[in-house]
Amino acid sequence: MMTKSRHGNTLGTVLLCVFCCMHSTVAAKTIHKEKSLYRNIVVRESNNRRCLVFSVKRGDKNQTCTDLRDPNLLVFAYVRMVFAGLLVNPKPNKILVIGLGGGSIPTTLSELFPNAGIDIVEIDDAVVRVAKKYFAFQENERMKVIVSDARVYIRRATQRGQQYDMIILDAFTGDYIPEHLMTVEFLEEAKQLMTADGALIANTFSNSLLYHHESVTYQRAFKTFFNFKMSFTGNRVIIATTKQLPELKLLTHRAHLFADRLDRYGIEFESYPDHMSREIDWDPSKKPLTDQFSPANLLRGD
Amino acid sequence: MTVSPANNTVINGLILLLAFVSGFIIMAIELLGGRILAPYFGSSIYVWGSIITVFMLSLAVGYLLGGRWSLNNPNLIRHGSFFICAAFALVPTIYLGEAAMDRVFAAIDDPRYGSLLVSALLFFLPTAFLGMIAPYSVRLLVENQQHSGQIAGTLYFVSTLGSAIGTLATSFYLVLYFEVDQILLTLCLTLVIAGVSAILAKQYWLNT
Repeated sequence: MMTKSRHGNTLGTVLLCVFCCMHSTVAAKTIHKEKSLYRNIVVRESNNRRCLVFSVKRGDKNQTCTDLRDPNLLVFAYVRMVFAGLLVNPKPNKILVIGLGGGSIPTTLSELFPNAGIDIVEIDDAVVRVAKKYFAFQENERMKVIVSDARVYIRRATQRGQQYDMIILDAFTGDYIPEHLMTVEFLEEAKQLMTADGALIANTFSNSLLYHHESVTYQRAFKTFFNFKMSFTGNRVIIATTKQLPELKLLTHRAHLFADRLDRYGIEFESYPDHMSREIDWDPSKKPLTDQFSPANLLRGD
Repeated sequence: MTVSPANNTVINGLILLLAFVSGFIIMAIELLGGRILAPYFGSSIYVWGSIITVFMLSLAVGYLLGGRWSLNNPNLIRHGSFFICAAFALVPTIYLGEAAMDRVFAAIDDPRYGSLLVSALLFFLPTAFLGMIAPYSVRLLVENQQHSGQIAGTLYFVSTLGSAIGTLATSFYLVLYFEVDQILLTLCLTLVIAGVSAILAKQYWLNT
């Protein structure tokens, strides 16, 4: 049922990549293409999968894919992993999602919590149109999209005194990081939006020098956080709260409670708690990213 | 004024070097402008639009004024004072920038006009002073009308080369090793040194 898209040994990886690249250029059918203000947006179909592709240059990074036979299925591991946030706050009433993509995260959340209010901030209105037209994303009275820069939105929302139980940061594509969304100050501003038991969940990277700098940045803002990594994906998910993090026992208990409801999305929820670490496996002497020092994209290259 | 040809070469070299420095600093500030505005107005295309508009406008004003002031007794002291004025105009950008952005953000909802106003408040004055340098330098270098075009060409070459290198150095390396304010303060200090060296050059080499 799970589609494990990543792989282990180097030769296998290379061969598979070569194969995938050839395969996707040959067999993938492009059903939509547009240049937005921010990026090239391509919608492709192959092997019963419809994918939103943002970067066509650096090896075709799929942003979101849906399985056409089973649209519920969350195809990518990192998308599934974001739901680990529910282990920290199992009853989110107000949710903020930064970055729409194909809309699979907010759509799944609205199915799981039909009474929750979901605000989605997306900088690119072309992405909103594409998500609606090709990925069955729908707004309703409880779930709405705001076209804005996330940092600007968070500042305005703070002014209005808004609060969220869950903030999901999913704004980083494979080849570009909005650097002002990865600084201590940004996280402090996001913290002001969080309710007493609110959780912040960030889908981000687990490699390069940036891993160390980003980890130190979150540490500075939140003291501790769950570092959630799984062996078959290059992404990691950071889960932070303003309060103390729950113990493993409670995580396991909650995972068990949710497991059945999440099964239909392809989320193997009960395996998650064991991969949520609090260990410092980064170099704590690295400089935190701040509004004054934020070369996130340059650090990724190293 | 008694100027030996050797001294004249030194002075002309200095003027070109300073034009390079001003070109470098203009683009370094412009690029850092994006960094400074992002926490309040994001990094969308309109933020860059605001910044570039303000830089072009303030350079335009600077060119006009610098050219006009070169008509009346052009000298190295005034030339140097443009650098020093630019340095002082940059200080409030560093220390009062956030307070200004807080106010503008609260007052203007639309991030396009917010970023435009903030760009004007933060960057108009220092950039206008830096804009005065190029036409003034042309006047200091020109000895006869016949060569004025060639001299202007050389000066644009040097200062635009400075701009190119300033852009590259800032975006590739400086932001990787230093904080925004550290870079801006260093630019301020460089401007002061440049201005003082122009003024001292007048004392040492051009004894009137």
